[in-house]
Formats: sequence, structure tokens, C-alpha cells
Amino acid sequence: MAYDKFEVLTSTAIPLPIENVDTDQIIPARFLKATERVGFGENFFRDWRYDAEGNPIADFPLNDPKYAGSKILVGGKNFGSGSSREHAAWSVYDYGLRCVISSFFADIFRNNCLNVGVLPVQVSAEFAQKLFDAIEADPKTEIKVDLPNQTVTLVATGESESFDINGYKKGNMLNGFDDIDYLQNMKEEIRAFEAKQEIY
Amino acid sequence: MGKTLFDKVWDAHVVRKVEDGPDVFFIDRHFIHEVTSPVAFVGLKNRGIGVMYPEKTFATADHNTPTWNQHLPVADPLSAKQLEALANNAAEYGISHWGLGHEDNGIVHIVGPENGITLPGATIVCGDSHTSTHGAFGAIAFGIGTSEVEMVLSTQCIMQPKPKKMRININGKLGFGVTPKDVALYIISQQTTSGATGYFVEYAGEVFENMSMEGRMTVCNLSIEMGARGGMIAPDETTFEYIKGRRMAPKGADWDKALAYWKTLKTDDDAVFDAEYTYDAADIEPMITYGTNPGMGIGVTQCIPTADQVEGGKETYKKSLGYMKFNEGDDMLGKPVDFVFLGSCTNGRIEDFRAFCSIVEGRQKADNITAWLVPGSHKVVDQIKAEGLDKILTEAGFVLREPGCSACLAMNDDKVPAGKLAVSTSNRNFEGRQGPGSRTLLASPLVAAATAVEGVVTDPRVLINA
Ligand code: SF4
Repeated sequence: MAYDKFEVLTSTAIPLPIENVDTDQIIPARFLKATERVGFGENFFRDWRYDAEGNPIADFPLNDPKYAGSKILVGGKNFGSGSSREHAAWSVYDYGLRCVISSFFADIFRNNCLNVGVLPVQVSAEFAQKLFDAIEADPKTEIKVDLPNQTVTLVATGESESFDINGYKKGNMLNGFDDIDYLQNMKEEIRAFEAKQEIY
Repeated sequence: MGKTLFDKVWDAHVVRKVEDGPDVFFIDRHFIHEVTSPVAFVGLKNRGIGVMYPEKTFATADHNTPTWNQHLPVADPLSAKQLEALANNAAEYGISHWGLGHEDNGIVHIVGPENGITLPGATIVCGDSHTSTHGAFGAIAFGIGTSEVEMVLSTQCIMQPKPKKMRININGKLGFGVTPKDVALYIISQQTTSGATGYFVEYAGEVFENMSMEGRMTVCNLSIEMGARGGMIAPDETTFEYIKGRRMAPKGADWDKALAYWKTLKTDDDAVFDAEYTYDAADIEPMITYGTNPGMGIGVTQCIPTADQVEGGKETYKKSLGYMKFNEGDDMLGKPVDFVFLGSCTNGRIEDFRAFCSIVEGRQKADNITAWLVPGSHKVVDQIKAEGLDKILTEAGFVLREPGCSACLAMNDDKVPAGKLAVSTSNRNFEGRQGPGSRTLLASPLVAAATAVEGVVTDPRVLINA
């Protein structure tokens, strides 16, 4: 099993209402020098969390004690653009988050998240704004992400929206499986396919 | 209904369609490098599985390698450890490996085409988003994450939903001083950084038909910067000419057979795209970016737009200009610059060095400029020397460095210091991309060269005329 199963998650959320957050911000390149998957949570948003001297930047939401323990991040539009580094998705997971909500995700980041057990939930721009407003009004606002029913709900008001995920990926998340598990079971079919390839 | 070029190549590689899920997609060629592959090999070991087709994977060291004194041991212990892991993993699993100092070493997206590994109609992946470069040959090529690297190593497949299809047409003739890099930056400025998310792009029209392979690689390379999974251009005589005779390209009867197939790789007349855009070559001038994503680009003679003129969040826009220390309405021309970087998989090929030399020949590097000229591979270095470009550069006060990714992502020592402004021929101007606190202006090799000799952002057309 590659990661913990995901079913229903109810948690407060960290707001990050900035657009086009790229993966160089989520995990700067100088932290990609690991040969094992360790230390990525610590360096999650490193240069937005800490100044050049290593002091925490007080007004960055991840440093705000109000949001301590949150398992959800609500990000601005086009979250996760740029570099394909899966380290960005690892850093989300290793930091302790299981779900990112945004009105729009960059492709590779979304894929990487699904492969490592972070659920990307795409909502309408209006609903994303509702979430930001609710969190601003009350940082303890709880959000419920229900994967089996594919809904995301503001617990206090019951306002809810459904989200898309394909059946295959949903099954994986519910069971904590990844694509590698799936592919391992079809090697014969792959071999037969390869044998027919002529040019490459 | 007819098929697009993309459909033809994609459909020929689907091993299985998963119900309500992605396609199991077969990969012909897989490139790995030292930064995104080590964890994948750890994954293989943890699961107790091996590499299914080692001959379809190619390893090169490029991302964190020094561009100076490559014959000495790598000083940074973490980089050295990644390089060692790549070498050991390649040896253990029987994967060909072009490490530091090897004659075929260089940036992964430069050495693939150079050696004839990149072919029309092939599917190519690498744990680097600019894998889209290889689409210039009519291949489907895109970047993947480390879990997917592990999938390709162990099963030669990944699981991908088929992207939607977009075509971008540009007809007409490019103006004087306008390069493929400007074409790409122009397209991205029109599409924004997310405009093509979810799509695979085909570039079509006269401008691309008349472009060299180097130029096509530059354009396809930057596809990812508008969110696209990749970009491709139908193979034609220019493509075949480039590939023929390359070391690992098909030979003899295999070549004839491949060629016959490659000639079928074009979009049918009645094929339909999910989105289509047409631009006019005459509207494109030498470009430069002014913000912190590649979509924030303008013609080099224009001023920075005001927050009211741009779409999207005003706060995000202001944050971006604040980071760049620029004001709305500023002119780009004449801004004092500290660093110039010529290189990367976007603009580290021979044509880029020729373009740079065409401007600096007979001139001198400005005193305030630190210039890093980093060829994309050893073969590019050899070609530079064979053409005598190295002499032009030396006489103009420039020094040629050794191949690698270098200041494109600044994982090695080539870091632009905090607050300094760089004109860079690479592909990303994100905050801190070229070193913590660094500020980046993306531009073509011509703009970079003009800036390097004038010391301030300069329109290369002025120097070409002079
Ligand atoms: S030059 Fe830059 S974009 Fe290209 S492969 Fe290297 S790091 Fe990636």
C-alpha cells in the first residue's frame, strides 16, 4: 500500500488565495537533492514560510497558529503549475495535508497528487470564494470532503458542491492503491503489445 | 471522421482502456536524470520489482551538474550522491548511462534528438516537464512525476487519460530579429500560463513549416508553460533530414520502413480539434517577460501593462511586479541588467549560439554583465568550436562553460544572487527559479546577446541594423 486510504475527511483548512502557485514555490529546486523520500514536508513552501535568515514569516498562512493541524489547503486558481516535480505532491502529503481544493489545477500536479494520496478537489470559482470567505470570517471553519459521494461541504452552513474524479482513480484513493499496483498485474498484456511494435 | 496527428500516435500506443479511467499507455523511449529518478529506483527495490525493458531507458546527468571543472569530483555532497545513485542504478539494471564527461552527455532534451533517439511517432517521457521538446519531431512527449518514472521502469507503461486536442496556427512570415523563442513567448502571452491546461497542442502553419528543427524544439519545449501537456509538429522533410544518419536512428531497410510510416503522420483534413487558435506572424516582435510566470510577456519595445489591463487577480499581479521590483507602465528597454544566461533545453543548441554570436561579434560584453554561456551538450560544444564561434565569444569577452542545465533551475552553483536581474534564454521566470530572490527576464538568444553587450535590456534589431 502506497499511502493511507482516503474516504471522508473533515478538517479546518489553510487558505492560500494566490493564483498560479507554481511547484518551484511549493518545493524549491534546491531541496530536490534527496535520493530518498525524506524531508519534503519541512521544506513545503520553504521560501514563503521562512525569510533568508530562516525566521518564520509571520503573515504566511502556513505559519499562522490558527490553522495548525489542518489537513486541507484551499489554493488560488491554477494551483501547481510549472515543474513536473512529484516532490511538490510529496511535500503536500508529508506536511500532513490530504486534500487541496482549488478552482483550477495544473495537469501534472493533479496527476502527481492522485498518485501519492493527496486528493485534488476542483470546485467552481464561486464555491472557492465561499470557502475563502468562510475561513476568513472564522479560521476554525470546517470543511468536509466526502470522496465516496464526491462532495465538498462547508460544515457550518451545509453549503455543498460536487466534484469530478474518474472511477478508477477514486477506487485507488479509497483503497490506498496506486497505478503501479495496477500495472504489475498486466505485464503479459504489455509484453504482447511490445512484441508487435516494429519501428521503436 | 479523420484523425489528428496526435490521435494517430496516441491510439497506436494504447495497451488497454480502463473503464471510467485512464488509458494504459505504452512508452517507446524513456529518459532519466539524476534528480527525479533515484526515488523511483528506491520504489522498485521496496516493491521487489525490476526494470522490464532497460534498453528503452536512457540516463544522462544534467540537472545538478557543475558547468565548470567537470573533470574534478563534484563538490556538493548531495549532488554527488544523486549522480552516484544514477550511475549505480543504471549499472545495476543495464541502462545506458551518459554521465559527466561522457561524449554524449548533455541536457536530456538535447542529447535525445542529437543521438537519433527521438523519432517521429514515438512516445517519449522523462521526469522533467520540458520533455515536450521532443514533440518537434512529431512524437508524443511529455513530463512525468517520479511515481510514473517507476511505472515506466517496471512496466514500460503509464496510466494517462487522453488529453484534449488544440491546434495553434501561425501563418505569414516572421519579422526580422524574431526567433522561435519569440513565437513561443508570444503564444504563451496570448494563452496565459493555464490557457492550454488539459490539452495537447499541434503547431501548424507556414511559420512552423519554415522553421528549423532547433527552432521547432524551442517552440515545443515551451508548450508546458501555457499548461499544455505537450506540443507537436507534423514531421516533414526537415525532420527526416535532421534524423537521417544519426547514431541511433534506423538504418537501411529499417529506415525505409520507418520513413514510409512517418510520412502518414499528419492531421487529416477532416479531423476536428477541441480548440483552435490562429495568430498572425506579423504581430510578433522580439519578446521579453516582465513578471513571475512565462505568460507575463510583451514585445521588448512595449511597457509593462497596468493591473487594470490584465485579466486575472490584481493582487497576484501586484505581488508579481513587487517581486520583480517593477512598476506598472515601466519601459522594458533600458532596464539595467546584471546577468545574462544563454543555455538550457530551450535555447542551448547550436543555432542559439550562432544567433548570440551574430550580435556579439566585433562588440564587447558590457562591464556590468556577468554572462553564463552554457551549451546544451558536448556535441554542441564541438560544433561551436568547429564553426569558430568560440573565438568570436572570447574576443567579445565571453567565456564558454561546460554543458548542463545550469542556471535554468540553479541546482548547481550557477545561481543568480538575490535581487539581481537576469536576462535568460531558459523557460521559467518563477520567483527564485534562478536562485533564491533572483529576478528573471525570459527572452531569445538575440535579446540576450544585445543585452549582454549594452548592459541594459536592448532590442536586438537596433544592433543588427547598426
Ligand atoms: S534545462 Fe531546465 S527545463 Fe531543461 S531539462 Fe534542464 S532543468 Fe529541465
